[in-house]
Amino acid sequence: MTFTVQNREEIAVTIEKDAIFFRNAVKTYATKISMGLLYQTKIITAASEIVRNLLKYGGGGKAMIETVTDGRKVGIRLTFKDSGPGIPDLDKAMSDGFSTGKSLGLGLPGAKRLVDQFDIRSTVGVGTTVTLLKWK
Amino acid sequence: MEKIPILKFGEFLLVTIQVDLYDQLAENLEADLINLVRKHHSRGVLIDISAVSIIDSFMGRILVNIAKMSKIMDAETVVTGMQPAVAITLIELGLHFEGVYNALNIEKGMELLRSKIYNLDEDHDIYSSE
Ligand SMILES: Nc1ncnc2c1ncn2[C@@H]1O[C@H](COP(=O)(O)OP(=O)(O)OP(=O)(O)O)[C@@H](O)[C@H]1O
Ligand SMILES: [Mg+2]
Repeated sequence: MTFTVQNREEIAVTIEKDAIFFRNAVKTYATKISMGLLYQTKIITAASEIVRNLLKYGGGGKAMIETVTDGRKVGIRLTFKDSGPGIPDLDKAMSDGFSTGKSLGLGLPGAKRLVDQFDIRSTVGVGTTVTLLKWK
Repeated sequence: MEKIPILKFGEFLLVTIQVDLYDQLAENLEADLINLVRKHHSRGVLIDISAVSIIDSFMGRILVNIAKMSKIMDAETVVTGMQPAVAITLIELGLHFEGVYNALNIEKGMELLRSKIYNLDEDHDIYSSE
């Protein structure tokens, strides 16, 4: 499916405070397309999980916010990119309860449940890219 | 260092979170609350999150930890005012709020705390008189 990007912004995420700034920026974009409160909450919460991973495992990176449309629907697309160690086994990482960080392993599978489209690509030694899309 | 103020109200501790939570802030709150419960032998902790629009797994887990740690020190924890969108999102995320009581608002939360503690004390009386 091809999407048209209507608006775009890139934000560097290297410290925890950047995550708050990013959260607020997503909120601004979602409000601009009149996304409902529940959907806003869902995508921002999903983003919060991915940003934490990016900081904790990926050593920081970049986050991009886009307003996209497929011609009928309008939504928010978020892309997170890091140049960290990458994920050797994506299937494992995506399963509930899997964590190499002694955590709950909720972040990736939980984020996936909260959005309409979820994409993760990772190459060991190169980095990880996660894309989230939520229609309004 | 940014801090969330904690009020002592008799045998309860009260926290109203009015700012956006981030990990470090939530961790500080956890440490501060646990220290104060210990120091004052508090019997209840009430955390009002009606102004909080985002709770993800990390912050959610901190609330669960606060409840667990307080319980060990004989205090109950009530979270009040969780926005419906936040509650729905947490469920979908997969986080279960074990050991945390929920109430609609601070007033109801105080009632709930009192009833918990009162009932527990009654239990204690039964045991001690036997
Ligand atoms: N950006 C990343 N770079 C490298 N590894 C990652 C990245 N994101 C996730 N991972 C790996 O995938 C695992 C699963 O991630 P997920 O977010 O689901 O759980 P977690 O972060 O371990 O726990 P939680 O999110 O519940 O605190 C992580 O433990 C980590 O090994
Ligand atoms: Mg995670």
